Amino acid sequence: MNRVLGVRLCRNVAASLRPTITAQPLTVAPVGHCQPLTTTAATEPCVAIVGAGPAGFYTAQQIIKRTPGCRVDLFERLPAPFGLVRYGVAPDHPEVKNVEHSFSQTAALPGVRLLADVTVGEHVSVAELRAAYDAVVLAYGADQERSLGIPGEELANVTSARRLVGWYNGLPGCPAPADLSAEHAVIIGMGNVALDVLRILTAPLDMLKETDITENALSALAESRIRHVTVVGRRGPLQAAFTIKELREQLQLPGVTALWDDFPADQLEKQLPDLPRPRRRLTELMVKAARDRRSPADGRRSWSLRFLRSPLEAHGDAAGRVAELRLAVNRLDGDKVAATGETERLPCQLLITSTGYKGQSIDPDLPFDADRGVIPNTNGRVTGIPGVYATGWIGTGPVGVIVSTMTASFGVGRLVSDDLAAGRLGGRSSEPDQLLETIRSRGVRPVGFADWLRLDEAETERGRQTGAPRQKVTSVEEMRRIIWAERDQ
Amino acid sequence: MAGCVRSSVIGVCRTLKISYCTFNGLKRTIDRKCWKNNALFSAHQPPRSFHWTAVKQHGDYEWQDPKSEDEVVNVTFINRDGSRVPVRGKIGDNLMYLSHRYGIELEGACEASLACSTCHVYVHPDYTDRLPEPVEEEEDMLDMAVFLKDNSRLGCQIILTKDLEGAEFTLPAATRNFYVDGHVPTPH
Repeated sequence: MNRVLGVRLCRNVAASLRPTITAQPLTVAPVGHCQPLTTTAATEPCVAIVGAGPAGFYTAQQIIKRTPGCRVDLFERLPAPFGLVRYGVAPDHPEVKNVEHSFSQTAALPGVRLLADVTVGEHVSVAELRAAYDAVVLAYGADQERSLGIPGEELANVTSARRLVGWYNGLPGCPAPADLSAEHAVIIGMGNVALDVLRILTAPLDMLKETDITENALSALAESRIRHVTVVGRRGPLQAAFTIKELREQLQLPGVTALWDDFPADQLEKQLPDLPRPRRRLTELMVKAARDRRSPADGRRSWSLRFLRSPLEAHGDAAGRVAELRLAVNRLDGDKVAATGETERLPCQLLITSTGYKGQSIDPDLPFDADRGVIPNTNGRVTGIPGVYATGWIGTGPVGVIVSTMTASFGVGRLVSDDLAAGRLGGRSSEPDQLLETIRSRGVRPVGFADWLRLDEAETERGRQTGAPRQKVTSVEEMRRIIWAERDQ
Repeated sequence: MAGCVRSSVIGVCRTLKISYCTFNGLKRTIDRKCWKNNALFSAHQPPRSFHWTAVKQHGDYEWQDPKSEDEVVNVTFINRDGSRVPVRGKIGDNLMYLSHRYGIELEGACEASLACSTCHVYVHPDYTDRLPEPVEEEEDMLDMAVFLKDNSRLGCQIILTKDLEGAEFTLPAATRNFYVDGHVPTPH
């Protein structure tokens, strides 16, 4: 009754307040078409973005929106766009990859060009970009890994999550980094990448068959002898960096058991009310799962989280292959990690380090913070170089989910547009198309968005044959062959 | 979900649309796995020309004008700069796709599949109780949202009903601040 009354009241109030002018809908829905590599006019503002991943596309989207008539060229090292959406997002997360649709729409906007298969720092320098464009945005991400710096890291079957992810996602130049004949695998690090790797290593094969995981990875996983995966974190359950969605997915994997030995469920439960919401919900889920503990079913896989442990040393067997890991037992002093002096040993025939990505410098003209692996910048403005900006993981460090990269890149896009509008940028001394000719004269053939679509189609066609969304081409040479075949014939 | 049509992209869109119109709380009605399979339009992808059609037709229901006044649901978006955009929506509209029609700066990276929080909005407190409770997956994504508040929701999970007549949806403040997973920003 009340609810009905409420609705009526609300309608009346709304009617009396209804403005006379309402927003007009956009008359035309965005139509996808591909920009040819056309000529730019001398008067339009031109922006170069280095890296066609989420940061690059979101920045481009914002600049085009705020600076009408602006030309944006997206440079990409690989012949395929989308960066970590294509090569980082786990294959069983196709819904996250839906964002490729909106990136494709951005690529199809008038003024936006993709120039893929062009390596900035090799085929073209940042100085050349600065001469030909009014602004340069560095959005090329973080494609290096942090090493543990422990003895034994050079042993066989010690690898990084970055290489493993690159391998199962078909990143060119990422051969199988390890063999999966291990019974006990250990992942060092407790971020979402660690949980992605854990899930791929433990998930039922049928689940992965429906994804765009590479065929090589799928057959290796089919032969996998992994029985247990331990995920090691140097801090405690309240500091775990993975997010709740990834944990929930892992807990829901059919036929896979979580082991919760030594998990301080009671102690954590008391702390729950004082925790901020995301941390509380994540911890609640762990406590609930730990209370629901089950023993592993015969022949099935299991996994566990090992908190407050730091790797000290990996020991190998006679063949030089990792066999055991020695860990330091830590305690927390507030938020700081301190060693207790105790150590423990863990069987480990496959060691995967997942302690974060790291950016690299691509051009000696750019400042670079080698410690953090980022280009130093203030709110996106690169320190000491006017007209050059950094966004995404190369600007912020390799943290956060896509909404964080989106927010940061929209911010940098706004900044570029504001700087263009305010005349704060010095202007360019040559034209992008002149530079494009120079790049071509160096034997480089830039891949435009329409060209990429040929590869996209070939990959989805291959996938169709195996019932997968796509089967990625994993060699750059083969990608080029497919992309250019049509024109060469 | 029996109605899932995988043979054509248009079919997929139509399937999703039926979900929007028929039920409040889109995600509840859709078998997750089925959605996943469809999300990439993949296994049975039609020729390229249809691919673009598919991109364009996401949210095509929201591009249709209300057929009668009975269907109309007036809502207001409040942009990040504070400007108000009154919009004439209709019953069954998905708030995120509706916002796209009217040029509101609300993203929808995962296309309503509860895998991101880019369509995060604040619902006017008078209207929060008129929405179905968020499902667990929405709560999980809200945990990732920047500037989470008690009245935070994902726009893609809000389906307009007559109960929402007059409702206001505020976009969270734009920020460059960057949050490591799990860090909780202080609400403004």
